[in-house]
Amino acid sequence: MNAERITEKLNILADAAKYDVSCASSGSKRKNQNKGLGNASNGICHTYTEDGRCVSLLKILLTNHCIFDCAYCVSRKSNDIKRAAFTVQEVVDLTINFYRRNYIEGLFLSSGIFYNADYTMERLVRIAKKLRTEHNFNGYIHLKSIPGASDELMQEAGLYADRLSVNLEMPTEEGLKLLAPEKNRHDMIQPMGFLKNEIIKRTEEKSLFKKAPAFAPAGQSTQVIVGATPETDKQVLHTANHFYKNFNLKRVYYSGYVPVISDNRLPALNTSVPMVRENRLYQADWLMRFYGFQVNEIVDEQNPHLDLDIDPKLGWALRNLNAFPIDINKADLQLILRVPGIGVQSAQKIVSARQFGKLDWEQLKKIGIAVNRAKYFITCNSRQFERRDLAGTAIKQYILSQSQSKYIKTATTQLNLF
Amino acid sequence: MTTLIYDGTFEGLLTVVFEIYERRLQQVKLQKGVWLSMALFEDVLQITTDNGRAGRVLNGLRSRLSAEGLQRLYAAHLAEVESEDGMILGYIRYVFDAPFNVEEDYGNKYVLRLSEIVRTVRREKHRMEAFVRFKELQDKTFYATIEPDFNVLPLLGKHFKDRYADQKWIIYDIKRNYGLHYDLHDLQFITLDFSTTNPTNVISAYQENESLYQDLWKNYFKSANIPARKNTKLHMRHIPKRYWRHLPEKL
Repeated sequence: MNAERITEKLNILADAAKYDVSCASSGSKRKNQNKGLGNASNGICHTYTEDGRCVSLLKILLTNHCIFDCAYCVSRKSNDIKRAAFTVQEVVDLTINFYRRNYIEGLFLSSGIFYNADYTMERLVRIAKKLRTEHNFNGYIHLKSIPGASDELMQEAGLYADRLSVNLEMPTEEGLKLLAPEKNRHDMIQPMGFLKNEIIKRTEEKSLFKKAPAFAPAGQSTQVIVGATPETDKQVLHTANHFYKNFNLKRVYYSGYVPVISDNRLPALNTSVPMVRENRLYQADWLMRFYGFQVNEIVDEQNPHLDLDIDPKLGWALRNLNAFPIDINKADLQLILRVPGIGVQSAQKIVSARQFGKLDWEQLKKIGIAVNRAKYFITCNSRQFERRDLAGTAIKQYILSQSQSKYIKTATTQLNLF
Repeated sequence: MTTLIYDGTFEGLLTVVFEIYERRLQQVKLQKGVWLSMALFEDVLQITTDNGRAGRVLNGLRSRLSAEGLQRLYAAHLAEVESEDGMILGYIRYVFDAPFNVEEDYGNKYVLRLSEIVRTVRREKHRMEAFVRFKELQDKTFYATIEPDFNVLPLLGKHFKDRYADQKWIIYDIKRNYGLHYDLHDLQFITLDFSTTNPTNVISAYQENESLYQDLWKNYFKSANIPARKNTKLHMRHIPKRYWRHLPEKL
C-alpha cells in the first residue's frame, strides 16, 4: 500500500464525510461465528473528536466526486476541492486493520454519486460483501443507500449491512427544492418504503426459520439538516415523527448546519452553528421515543420553536402546571417520567425503591434526580416541599437563576445574530 | 470493635462474612494485608481465606440475590476501594438479615452506595473496552497496555475474546503488573518480566505496517473534527486526560 497516497485519500474522504452525524453502532446482534473477527452488539464510542462528538465507526466517503450540485454539500460538483476515490480493497483493508487495533466498531460508508446511483451503490455493496464473506467480519456496517438505486441492490445491501440510511437532507420538500433542485423527495422516500417492507418481511421469516438471513438488523435511520432553511422546530419534529411512525425508523438525526460554502440561498459563512437548537431537538426526540410524549405536546401553534433557555420537558411542565404536583410515592412510572429533572433510570429506580418504603428528598437526591428542577413539581415523604402557588414564569426564573447552563455562552452569541 | 484482616480477595471477603456470623460479631472494621504485631492489640483477627467457608457464603448470597445482583457485588469488590470494604460488608449483612431480596431497595444506604460503586466500576470497564489500543507485534500478537483506576481487567476477558476470536492478543495492566493473554484458544492471566526486555528491541518488535495504521488513525481523528463546533469541555469529559498516554490519537 502506498502510504502517502492512502493517507491523502483518507484525509480527503474522512473530511468530506464528517458532516454526516450518525455514528451509532448499536442495535445489531451480529455474533462472532466460526472464530471470525468482531461482534456487533455493544455500541462502543472509541474516541471523541475535539468538538465532543463520538467516534465509533470509520466514517468515510467512497468518493467525493459527485454529479449533483446541492448547495449545502462540500462535495457539490461546482465546489473547487481536491477529489479522491478509494478502491474497494483499500476500504476493506482500512476497516479490518482499524478494527483489529480496537479503534472502531465498524464502517460507515457513504459516497458522492459518480456516473449514476446504481454504479455507486454497487460498489458500496461490494465492499460490505467482501468484508462479510471473505474476511468473516462481524463488526458493524452502516451503508448510505443512494437514492434512485435499484431494489435488487438495496436488497443485497440489506443482507450485508447492519443499518441502511437515506438522508432526507432538508426537513421539508420546499427546503430541498431550494437547495438541491436536482434531487427530489420521492427518490429518498421510495427506498425508505422499500426497506421498511423488506425489514418487516425478513423479520417475520426469521421468526419462522432461525437460519433465515438477517436483513439490516439495526434498521434504518435518516438525517435532516437544521438551520440551512427557515423551517420551524414544529415542522422538523413533525417530519421526524412522521418517519418514526410510518417508516419504523430507528433514529432521526438532526444536523445543525455548518456554513461551509458561500451561496445566497444559505446562511452567511460567519453564521455560528445552531448547537443549542440541535441539542433541544435531540431532547425533544428523546421525549417522543422514550418518555411517551406526543409531538404536539412538545411543539404547537403557540410554540412552534423549542425554548432555547430550558429543555423541552421543563417547557411542557411549565405550560401544564395543572398536572402537578405529583406524589413520587404513588404516581405511575409514565407520570414520573414527565417530571423535569427525572430521567428514565432514576424514574425506574424510584419505582423499584418505593416498594421497600416511602422516599424522601435525601433519598431522591441520592438516586440521582435533579432536585433543583424537580422540587417544583413533586411531593414525597418529607414535610417541606414547594408549597407556594408559583406561576410558570416564576418557576422558570428560579430554575434559571440556580443553574449555570453550559450553553449560556453559546446561547448569547447565537441570539446576537437576530 | 473488632478489626478483621483479610487478603483482599473476593473469597477472602466471603470468609470474613462467615467468621462474622460464626462469632456473632457486631462492630467490625476491615483491613487488607498482613498484621505484623498481633500481640499488641486485642480484637484483631487475621482471617485466612478458606474456599469451603467462602463457598457456603456464596451459596447463601446466591439464594438471596439474582445472578445479576451477585455479579454487581463482585464488580463492586473489584473496585478495590479500601475505605468502601465496610460498605460492601454492610451490604452483604443487609442482604443476609432481610427476609426477602433487597437488591433494589435504593432507599437503603448500603444498596444505594453499592449501586454507585458498581456504576463507577462499570463505567471504567466500558471505557477500557473503548480505549484499549492494540499494536501488532511481529509474531502477529496484538498487544495493549492499560492503567485503569479500578482493577477491571478480570471483567474484560469475555468482551475481547468474543470480539477478537481470530487474533492473539495481550492486554497488560502496567499499574498492577499483570495481563490477560488470549492464544486463539484459551484466556490466561500472565505476568511479564520487563527488566529483561531490551529497550532497543521494542520498536523492531512491531509489525512493519504498525506505524502506518497508527498514523492513518491519527490523521482520521484530525479529519473527522469540525473546528466550527469546537467544545473542549465536552471533549475532556468524554476522554479524561489520564487515559491519553495510551491513545495514539491523543499523543
